[in-house]
Amino acid sequence: MDTHSDFNPALYEMLRQRQLLSLLCPAEYGGPAYDTLSYAVVVEELSRICGSTGITVAAANSLGVAPIDMFGSPEQKQRVLPGVGTQGHVVVFGLTEPEAGSDAAGTKTTGVRDGDKWVINGSKCFITNGHFAEWIICTAVTQPGIGARGISSFLLHKSTPGFSVGKKEKKLGLRGSDTSTLHFDNVRLPADAMLGPDGNGFRQFMQTLDAGRISIGAMALGLAQGAYEIAVKYARQRVQFGRPIADFQAIQFKLADMATQIEASRHLVYHAAFLKDSGQPYARQSAMAKLHASETGRFCADTAIQVLGGYGLLAENRVERHWRDVKLCEIGEGTSEIQRIVIARHLLRESAGLLESETEA
Amino acid sequence: MFDDSLTDEQRVLRDAAREFCQRRVVPRAEQFDHDGAIPDDVFSEMAQLGYFGLRVPESYGGMDCDPIAYTLVIEEFARACAGLAITISVQNALVCGAIKNHGTEDQKKAWLPQLVDGALSAYALTEPGAGTDAGSLRASARRSGNEYILNGEKCFVTNASLAKFIVVFASTDLDAGSKGISAFVVASDTAGIGIGKPERKLGLRASDTRSISFCDARVPAGSRLGEEGAGYKIALSQLAHGRLGVAAQALGIGEAAFAAARQYARERKQFGRPIAEFQAIAFKLADMRIKLDASRLLLDRAVRLQAADKPFAREAAEAKVFASESANWVANEALQIHGGYGYMVEYPVERYFRDARVTTIYEGTSEAQRIVISRAILSQ
Repeated sequence: MDTHSDFNPALYEMLRQRQLLSLLCPAEYGGPAYDTLSYAVVVEELSRICGSTGITVAAANSLGVAPIDMFGSPEQKQRVLPGVGTQGHVVVFGLTEPEAGSDAAGTKTTGVRDGDKWVINGSKCFITNGHFAEWIICTAVTQPGIGARGISSFLLHKSTPGFSVGKKEKKLGLRGSDTSTLHFDNVRLPADAMLGPDGNGFRQFMQTLDAGRISIGAMALGLAQGAYEIAVKYARQRVQFGRPIADFQAIQFKLADMATQIEASRHLVYHAAFLKDSGQPYARQSAMAKLHASETGRFCADTAIQVLGGYGLLAENRVERHWRDVKLCEIGEGTSEIQRIVIARHLLRESAGLLESETEA
Repeated sequence: MFDDSLTDEQRVLRDAAREFCQRRVVPRAEQFDHDGAIPDDVFSEMAQLGYFGLRVPESYGGMDCDPIAYTLVIEEFARACAGLAITISVQNALVCGAIKNHGTEDQKKAWLPQLVDGALSAYALTEPGAGTDAGSLRASARRSGNEYILNGEKCFVTNASLAKFIVVFASTDLDAGSKGISAFVVASDTAGIGIGKPERKLGLRASDTRSISFCDARVPAGSRLGEEGAGYKIALSQLAHGRLGVAAQALGIGEAAFAAARQYARERKQFGRPIAEFQAIAFKLADMRIKLDASRLLLDRAVRLQAADKPFAREAAEAKVFASESANWVANEALQIHGGYGYMVEYPVERYFRDARVTTIYEGTSEAQRIVISRAILSQ
């Protein structure tokens, strides 16, 4: 899949049949209704072997199923989720635009009222699973000039006239994962295509991403684990200077650092999932989990390549693919810089009470 | 290697390389990466301009560049196409260097002019079982009358399928360990030499990397470079030179990544302003600059020692470790600054990221360099 930049159709079929593309779909629509922690573990295990599979599953669930479940009306859910739960239909999340990356509020796609219809014009980029989409959620500005509060979300079927999926991107990694542009050319939607109230789009995608972060953290964790396992296996069997290189302190310390970072990341990811599942606030923790796990992922893949030496650079060893794949985890669904902004915001809000009580004493 | 410390001649050579690269390499670097090859027309033009004999004395037709000018040229090529830079570096530092420093007058006359003219070369040292532990190599060279018979397998050989000449390290006395290794310069069309298929690599895809097998390959006794048993010393001494080339290559990759990141940060607007105005991004650029300048200083120190014929092995190792690790750090941050676009193949930054990776591994891993450095400082 990596060599040909194509998601293997047989694998896709297997994912559908095992309902991996609909893990978060509620049981009443035929879905497996996994809790967040179980879902995270699945994404982690898939990513341990293949980042492209991990992200395909993560996006389909966190960016597809979840927003419908969170924000859809009963009628919208009834329209979309049975197909998701029983047939593996994929929903995609059209948020990012060329001018709206980290600044997602800088959306330029417009939604203009025309009689009882909404007319959508614009394009989205870097959309995962674009070519597999049965349903599309897209954000558009319905009230210009008031910033984020003027953005709304819409739900449409792939067959809607005016909608098209554009070119597939050629990427550094995750080559098996479909990343495409989406085009909306005078797409006319009925009033009931809006997801949630008018102007609710920004808040929706913020919440969607807060939760999605856990899945990307899990993906990075899996890639880190996979890279580490390759490294430790190699270090035990590769002999130089008359002994396995695992005998050398420099190599041992690399393994120790990898394993420690992975363990710490795992605690953060699983804890964030647990908080969400138990109905507690989790947004700061999910940002921390994604931030930490993605940087751990890069560190582990990088260190694993170093342990493998020249062999680490060859396509025949998985580790260079993990290295290319995991880099995206620091960028997609909120860059590490955005995660730090989110975390800092929470910290400053949470610490406001602290400072007051200290000055009182 | 900072502009204000260069002679006019050094500046001229650097600028000529830069101009050539801008014109003939930069527009095609992405294609070279995609194709996994550099076309012949680039090599022939480079040969004509003297890039394959930069460090060869004029008496053999070379450019006789001083080490500083040479290092600057490698850096310029690396900014444009790191795969092309290593092709020149192997040719000049490892092969021409080995012949120049250890060959007889007849050998220099036989081989150097051809290399200068554009005959490419390769340096076959590494084996599947002998990487960092190069001294444990198992390729053998058995003396038979006026010939040696070579047997064994080499891997990760740069320029393998392009080379007319191959420097091969093989043991003439397998029981003597590294002290039994000898060096040979063999013609690639010698019977019994097999060139493997191209390796599919993470980076430096424009550079040709393959295995070479020797199956009862008979080479004349005159192919031997230096004395029997002197091969390992030759390998190590040339690697100290090669180290500087890799450091320069890493620096070039880092500078290219930095330039791309700075431009993108100035042009990309989010939240109503260029992202360069955000402290997080500005500080990344600052840290990149610090690491690149420090790399340059370490490289400058090592190259000037080499130019003065003083010992420079430890300094070269320091420069290689620092420049290569910095280049990786810089390329990663440069990609991060580009955000999603950095992950797309249409922007060059992901290529810089991939190309930087090998520099902490080949011609002596960072770990091997740290062994060299720590041994040197502990023996003082």
